[in-house]
Formats: sequence, C-alpha cells, structure tokens
Amino acid sequence: MAEPAMKQSDETGEIFDKGIDKGLARLTPEKIEQVINKVLSAETGARLKTYVNTCVHCGLCSEACHYYLSHDNDPKFSPAGKVKQTIWEILKKKGKVDHKFLKKAAEIAYTECNLCRRCAMYCPFGIDIAYLISVMRRICHMLGVTPLYMQDTAHSHSATLNQMWVKEDEWIDSLFWQEEEAQDEMPDLRIPIEKEGAEIFYSVIAPEPKFRAQLIYQAAVIFNVAGVDFTMPATPGWDNSDQCMFSGDYEMMGRLKKAHFETAMRLKVKRIVMGECGHAFRSVYDVGNRWLAWKMPPIPVTHAVEFYYELLKQGKIKITKKYDKPVTLQDPCNISRGRGLHEKARYVVNALCEEFIDMQPNREHNYCCCAGGGVINTGPPYKMKRIDGNRVKAEQLFAAKARGAKVVIAPCHNCHGGIEDINHHYGLDMELHFLGDIIYKIMEKPA
Amino acid sequence: MYNLSTWDWETGKKLIADTGKWKDSFDWVEEPYVSPDGERIAAVVKTGEMEYSVCENNTPWESTFDKVWYLKFGPDNRLTALVSDTGVWTVAVDGAAWGNTFDFVWNTKFGPDGKNITVAVQKDMEYFAVTNDIPWETRFSALSNLTISHDGSRVAGVVPTIAIKQGDIFQFQEGCYSVAVDGKPWDVNFVNVWDLAFSHDGEHVAAEVRTSLYDYTIAVDGVLWDKIYTSVWMPQFSPSNGSVTAPVRIAGKWTLVQDGKSFWDRSFAQLWHHMYSPDGKKIAAVVASKYGRWTIAVNGIPWSLTFGDLVTDAVFSPDGNRVACIGKEGGKWTIAVDGKVWGAKYDMVWQPVFSPDSEKVAAKVERNGQYTIIVNGKPFKESYKALGEPVFSPDSAKILIKGIQEDSAGEKYFRQVVPVTEIIG
Amino acid sequence: MHDVYNFVSGPLVWVSFIIFFGGCLYRLISMAVLAKKKDVFVYEYMSFKYGLRSIFHWIIPFGTVKWRKNPILTIVTFTFHICLILVPIFLCAHVILWKESWDIGWWYFSDTTADILTGIVIACCVFFLIRRIVLPEVKYLTSVSDYVILAMVAAPFITGFWTYHQWPGCKITGIVHIIAGEIMLAAIPFTRLIHMVYFPFTRGYMGSEFGAVRNAKDW
Repeated sequence: MAEPAMKQSDETGEIFDKGIDKGLARLTPEKIEQVINKVLSAETGARLKTYVNTCVHCGLCSEACHYYLSHDNDPKFSPAGKVKQTIWEILKKKGKVDHKFLKKAAEIAYTECNLCRRCAMYCPFGIDIAYLISVMRRICHMLGVTPLYMQDTAHSHSATLNQMWVKEDEWIDSLFWQEEEAQDEMPDLRIPIEKEGAEIFYSVIAPEPKFRAQLIYQAAVIFNVAGVDFTMPATPGWDNSDQCMFSGDYEMMGRLKKAHFETAMRLKVKRIVMGECGHAFRSVYDVGNRWLAWKMPPIPVTHAVEFYYELLKQGKIKITKKYDKPVTLQDPCNISRGRGLHEKARYVVNALCEEFIDMQPNREHNYCCCAGGGVINTGPPYKMKRIDGNRVKAEQLFAAKARGAKVVIAPCHNCHGGIEDINHHYGLDMELHFLGDIIYKIMEKPA
Repeated sequence: MYNLSTWDWETGKKLIADTGKWKDSFDWVEEPYVSPDGERIAAVVKTGEMEYSVCENNTPWESTFDKVWYLKFGPDNRLTALVSDTGVWTVAVDGAAWGNTFDFVWNTKFGPDGKNITVAVQKDMEYFAVTNDIPWETRFSALSNLTISHDGSRVAGVVPTIAIKQGDIFQFQEGCYSVAVDGKPWDVNFVNVWDLAFSHDGEHVAAEVRTSLYDYTIAVDGVLWDKIYTSVWMPQFSPSNGSVTAPVRIAGKWTLVQDGKSFWDRSFAQLWHHMYSPDGKKIAAVVASKYGRWTIAVNGIPWSLTFGDLVTDAVFSPDGNRVACIGKEGGKWTIAVDGKVWGAKYDMVWQPVFSPDSEKVAAKVERNGQYTIIVNGKPFKESYKALGEPVFSPDSAKILIKGIQEDSAGEKYFRQVVPVTEIIG
Repeated sequence: MHDVYNFVSGPLVWVSFIIFFGGCLYRLISMAVLAKKKDVFVYEYMSFKYGLRSIFHWIIPFGTVKWRKNPILTIVTFTFHICLILVPIFLCAHVILWKESWDIGWWYFSDTTADILTGIVIACCVFFLIRRIVLPEVKYLTSVSDYVILAMVAAPFITGFWTYHQWPGCKITGIVHIIAGEIMLAAIPFTRLIHMVYFPFTRGYMGSEFGAVRNAKDW
C-alpha cells in the first residue's frame, strides 16, 4: 500500500491518522453514546463486569508491560492505566465521551497494547486486560475509528479473504513460481495444489506470497525433503492471517476463519500446518473459531515450530552441520503464552544450532515484540511509537548479545517485523532469521 | 447429473490401467483422478524436460505443455486440465486446447451435464469468465466467487465496478463491488459481496452483501432485502417457489430467514450451508445447537445427535426424506444419517452418497492410509490405496467402486461393479 | 449508650451478616447467570484442574514470578489477608460473643497474639496507604473510592485496637468498632472488596484458558 503523503505528527507529538481522525469527524455525541452503549449491552457481560469490579487498582500488572517499562515506568502505559483511560472512563460516563477522549482511547487500544496477555500473569486476579482492550477496539471499530493502515488491511481481508489484496490468480501463480524456482535446486520438488486427501494443508499469511515468497520456497524444500504429504489450496481460504480480529471486526474474523477451515475440510486434510506466524495461530486456534461456535479448531492446527519439532524428532529432516553462529530466541506471545510451544522451540533451536543463548525473561514471561496484536499493521504513523514502546526489548536483546548471541531467531512474522525495526533503531546489529531459514540452510538435501 | 443409464453396470472387476507402471514411463507422475463412470484414470505426467502432459489409461495425450494442473473430469466424463504453453494459459479438454489463450486460468466449473465448462481468467491484468472458450465481453479489475447456474449456462461473479484507490478506506466503504452476471454488472455497488446463488431457472441471482462495515443483508438481482443483520451466510433459492432463504445473525444467534422475513422459529449458535430437498419442501442446515455442539436441523428441528468437532457435507436423499452428513468427534470421522450415527470411526470420510431409491447410503472412508467403501455402515471387504467416489446404479442394486490396489506386480486401477447386497448382506 | 450498644451488637449484626452473605450470594449468582447468558466461554473453557492449579500457585506466598519479584509486597499482602480473616474469627472477645449468643465456641488467640495481629493488619493498611500515595503506578489508578475502601477495612481494626487498650473514648470506639465491622462486612458484596469472592473465578478462568487451552502457565 502506498504511504499517504501526509504529515504524520505535529510539534506537540500528536499523531495524525486519517482513519482515526476522519472517522471521528463523522461522529456526533449521540452516535458515540448510542454505539458504545450498544456494544456494552449487547456484547459484554459477566467478564467485563467482574473484571472491572475485581480490579483493586493495585498496579501490580504494571511491570508486566513492555510499554510501561520502556517509558520509564510511566503509569499511563501500565495495563490497568490503559484500562483506566479507556474502559473505566467509558463505563463511568456511560458512553458520553468526546472526540478527544476517543482519539486517545483508539490510540491506546490500537497502538499502545499488543494484546500480548503478559499482564494476565502479573495480575493476582488473572484479569484479562487484553480482553478489556479488545472491547475498546471493538467499540472503535463499531464507531469507525480505526487506524488507516489496519483498516485497509481489514478491507483487503473482506474483499479477497487475504490480508494483502492478493488476487486469486496471483496466489496460485506465486506458488507455481516458487515451485519452479525451487526445482532448480531440487528437480523433483513439488508444491501440490488442490491435492484432495493430502495429510496436511500448509497455510501461510498473505505477506508470504506478496513479500516473502522465499519462505514458501523454503517450506516447499523442507516438506519435500521430509516426504511430507501436503497440499496448498487454489482458492481463497489459503491465508490464515487476521487483522479483523485486531481491528474489532469480529464478523469478518468469523468469515475468514470459516473460509480457512472449510478449505481444509474441502481438501480432506487431517490437519493444517501453518507457517511461522503468531497472530494467525491465535486467530485460528482460540479466537476466530470461537466466534463461529467451534469450541476447538474443527481441523487441528499445528504451528510451524511444533511441526519442525516433529520433523526433527522423527528424523525426517537431518542436519548436515549445526548452525555455528550463537543464537537467541524470541518466544512469540501467541505460541508461548498462546500455546506453550516454548519448550519445543528450544528443542528445535538446540537441534539446529551450536550455541543457544536464552533471553531473559523468556518462555511465557518473554516480552512481546511490540509489533503483535495488530500494532505493526497501524503502519508508518505509529512506527516510532512502537519502537519507543519496546526499548526494553532492545535492552533484552543487548543483554543476549553481550552474552554472545549474534542471531535472533523469531518464529513469527510480527516478531520479525518488530525486532527488525528495533534492531535498526537501537543499533543492535544482530541477524534476524526464521527457524525455516536456518533449517533450509543446514538441512541435508538430496544431491 | 450423471447419465447413469449409459454406464456399464455389469457386475465384475475390470482392470483399467496399470498405474504402477506409469512411474516407469515418466519421471513425474502426480496423483491420479478417475472419471465419474470409472472408465478412465488420468494423472499429470512429465514427458520431457520442462514438458508435461496427461497420461490417461496408460496413454499420454499427444499434446504437451509447459505446465498442467487442476485435472478435472466433468460429469460427462470429459477430462479437463489447465495448461500453459510458452507462457500463455488455456483449458485443454481431452487433450485439445481451447483457441483462446490467457495470462492465467483457474477455477474450472462444470454444468450438471458437463457440456458447459467455465473458468476464471486473467488477461492483461483484466479479469473475466470464459465458458466453452467464449469469453465475457466485459472485463474487470478482479473476479471472485465464480458461480454457475444450475444448468451451467449462466455465470456470475463478484467484481469491482469502481477503480479502487489503494489505501482509500473511505472510498472502499462507499461500496466498490457488485455482481456481474454473464459479464453484465448490476447497477448497484456494495462494500462487499461474497457467495452468490442462482435461482433454479437461472434467471435470478442472490448475493450475500455488506452495505457498510456493519450492515449485512441479501441482494436479489441487485435489490436489497429491507432488513439488515449483523452477519449473513450464503443464500439459496427455493426450487419450488423461487423465494430466497439465508442464515442471518440476530442478537448473536443464527436463524434462517426467507425474503428478509422470519422463517425458522428458533435460533442456533451457528447455522450455515442450508440446502433444499430436491422437491423444495424441506430445508436442512448444518447448525450448532449449542456452543461447540454440531448437528443437522431439518426444517428448523435439530437432531438430538450432536458432534463436538464438526458437521459437514450434508446431503438430501433423492426423495427428500432423508439427510446424511459427515460428523467428527474427538478427532475421529464418521457418517450420520437421519440423526443416527454409524458406529465405526475413521481417519477421514468423504461426503455420503444416497442411492437413487434413497434407501442406501455409501461413503468413501480412510483408516490407516487404506481406503474402502462403506454402505449403510457396513464396510466392503476390499481395501484400496486410492479410491474415487462411489456411485449407485440406477436401480440402486449395485455400486460402482473405482479403486487402485497394489499387488506384487505394483499398483493397478480397477473398475468394479458390486451388488450392494454383497456389502450390506 | 447501652441501647445503642444493644442495637449495634444485636439487630445490626444480623443485618450486616445477612447483607454480607445474601449480597455475596446475589453477586455470585447474578455473575453466573450473566455469564451463562453472555459469556459462554467461561463455562465452556473453565477447567477444574487447571483453574485450581493456577489458584494454588497464586495463594502460595512466592508461588508465582510476580510474588517472587516483589518480596516485601508479597509478605505484606499475604500477612494482611491472613490476619484480616483470622483475627475477627479467632479473637477471644468475638468467640465469647458467639458463645453467649449461640452457645458455640472454638479456639481463640491469646489477647496478646490478637493484639499483635491486629497491629499487623493496621500496619499493612498503612503500607497500602503509603503505596497508594507514593508509587506512581498505583497513585495513577487511585480514586477516592480506593481510600474509602481502605479506610473501611482499617477502621474495625483501629477501633478494636483502641478499645482493647482502653484508650480515651474507648466506650465510643467500642461501638464504632462494631459498626465499622458491620459496615465492612456489608460493603464486601457491593464494593471492590468483592475481589475476595471473585478471586477463585477470575483466577480460575484465566488458569483454565492458559492451562487447558493454551498449554501454558499463568504464574
């Protein structure tokens, strides 16, 4: 998407975002009040009420949040502090809030919280602050006050059922293209399209065919070498990503997940294996499916980290020589706190690399990359906010680097984007890779 | 609809092709496809350096291509493939390529008798549909949700009718999409259009639309229902009276409405893929009777049998009195008919098939990588490495089994006609 | 004075207990009903095993990363909550009242122990007060109601302490003590003090989502 030729902030630091600002300009006080109260009464219930009544304003959640830590413990960035500036105020004023409030609330909800759920592990009551911020996002969506770039992505989802305006032929053609490229290396390699009854449907996010096609190439090589019986669809439903989940357009989220799972059912696969993406896993595993009344994914989903674990454990891929640069690992929130894959990720990293230097904190307690939760999808206007909001990640990486780590492995697209920016801005000068990059590089391939 | 009466229904097992030997003849053999009548089996094969073709019953097509994909047999047993030659794409039917070429071709669709073959194409970054090598006259900047009428003669798709400026979210929200029927777009735009359905006479099209980011409804020939909903799923026309029904979401629950008015008197946690019985008197739908429990509702009344994982591929019997579907519970797949589940569980099952007399139900199933056919819950004694869909004979007494079996000499494809009594006793 | 005493230690006790138990029951039932109606996930994903696993870690001092990272706060919090519950139940004077009214009794603290524990509760309240005033992240979240709640909790202990030590005005503080206790009891269901009642459910639900669905720890 072209970057809009507009000033992104003024001397006061106020950021202009056409989606939010123009969206707000369309709203009357009556409309604001009506929409807010409709969302609150129709869509929230015991959870919101209980969470708000249970919070004793103790501030213990503060140090869970990378924004809070990165802003020198500014309480406005603490998880409960963000709820105070959004949901508490809305409840207190019974929806009678003004444009200024809403602009701030939208910015907080979309650009100052990654919905990473780390605070749920620091609040003694287990208050789900990510849920409360999601309620704020839902209100913003219903009011039409969403960041431009994220909304454009949501529109792409609605029109094409993928995140990047990829047309049906472009998708198939990019699979052919990657298959052909990879055949130069491995003449018998195949990316089977629409192979009904295959064991696995390999699903990716739209940025892969659009910008990172080499990831499809690498996955194809890995799958072919390992003898994996997989297929990829020639229809919409191939994209597992979901910015509608983050913008608050849950109806579209449901539509996307329906298309994804029904594609798997149509292809008669046993399970869906997905690429190294965290937010998509969240959407497919325990958010999007729920909106559709599937208690658990109707077709099991396996994240790439777990799949690589299986392939290595079963000896289906073998390593020629371990990767010799010292590595550290970014635990993506949505597959560590979201699926407990951190130990399997460590197994994979240790199986692949000579030297693994863990970040501190790690596993469920790792800091978010600050790109997740749709924050990176709010685009250039909020890029610096995202980078400033994760100084603590830079410090964490510096510490790992001081202990020798030269490479960051981030098995998640958002983590990749977030850490890439942090890497440049803070001058970390570390290499950044997906697990697939490393597996592809060091695995045994047929001569 | 297959023309079953012209097929060979003589009981017995016939060797059609020595598919195992194909691997000796070609470097590259993809998964095989069998024709509906079982007389033909085909696969994409590599015939030379960067040269592909289709091997059918041991013989490759004379024509070769740079790339061949999407092998599909039509209901009339003709074999289609999407092929590219020197960088341009077209459709090959039984080895003969269409005269028109395109920059890309995909999504082959057949009419019920197989005479009409439709594809979506892109040429010079313009999108349109092509039926039997005859392209739409109008071109669009995109084309999706390609849908054909019940007789296969008409084609509709979702198209942008306004040049969409990248990143202009406000223009998008004014509505840039419409429905093109045989290339002619409706004169009304929507924010989004998704699944389309033709009336049974092919004269009307109903579409799932969104008129703002929040307002969903159904448009019939471009005219919106006067009710809006928080979401809708694919509409259907009644075969008997032409009314349109669609699942809609009201206050967080799903129900079925007709022409924008209430129809089913109860709502569900989910309701989709509704379908009419052939006579139009009954409607069945996949529903979640409560969160996480899936079943079939017929005329609004759910079965008491529910599944936890999913229910899919429901089908009415020809007489409209019975419904069969696939259900999955605890990771295992099975078939349910009229609210009763078949005992055996499988690693995968395919859409059940009713016999013409509506009394028998057959399905292809897989367990531990071996396939077989189950009729009325009873498995056929033989198992296969690969199987086509089962087809009942017109008198419902026999069943056609199209399967690949492996012996010491390798894989072979057989066409078998088996008396149903041999399976169900 | 005697009439007032009789009133606050008689009918008002009944009223406060009825409000406390009735209110808590009402809040719990209404939460359960609302959740059934609007938050289907809570019932669907609540897991006894994983809910308890999480609760268990959080009710053990230093059982979670959070508790270990803030040792002083952890000690104060646990001490405060334990004393807050134990002192009123095992205070000799209270046990005597139960004995007189219902002829039931149980073990009780010695007066000195109770006195020390009461002092600890008051000290903890002072700690929380200072924390609220001094720590920016707590101050930012604090509203008048937070002070009122804290005062409501501290009042019965301060007045009890005062009365026990027979300090000036102890007759009045004695009555104030009873009223303060009753107010606190009655306020629990209708203020954020309800957190003590909701804790097993909020923590249990989060523990279930983390443990049973996401295969992860939440502590």
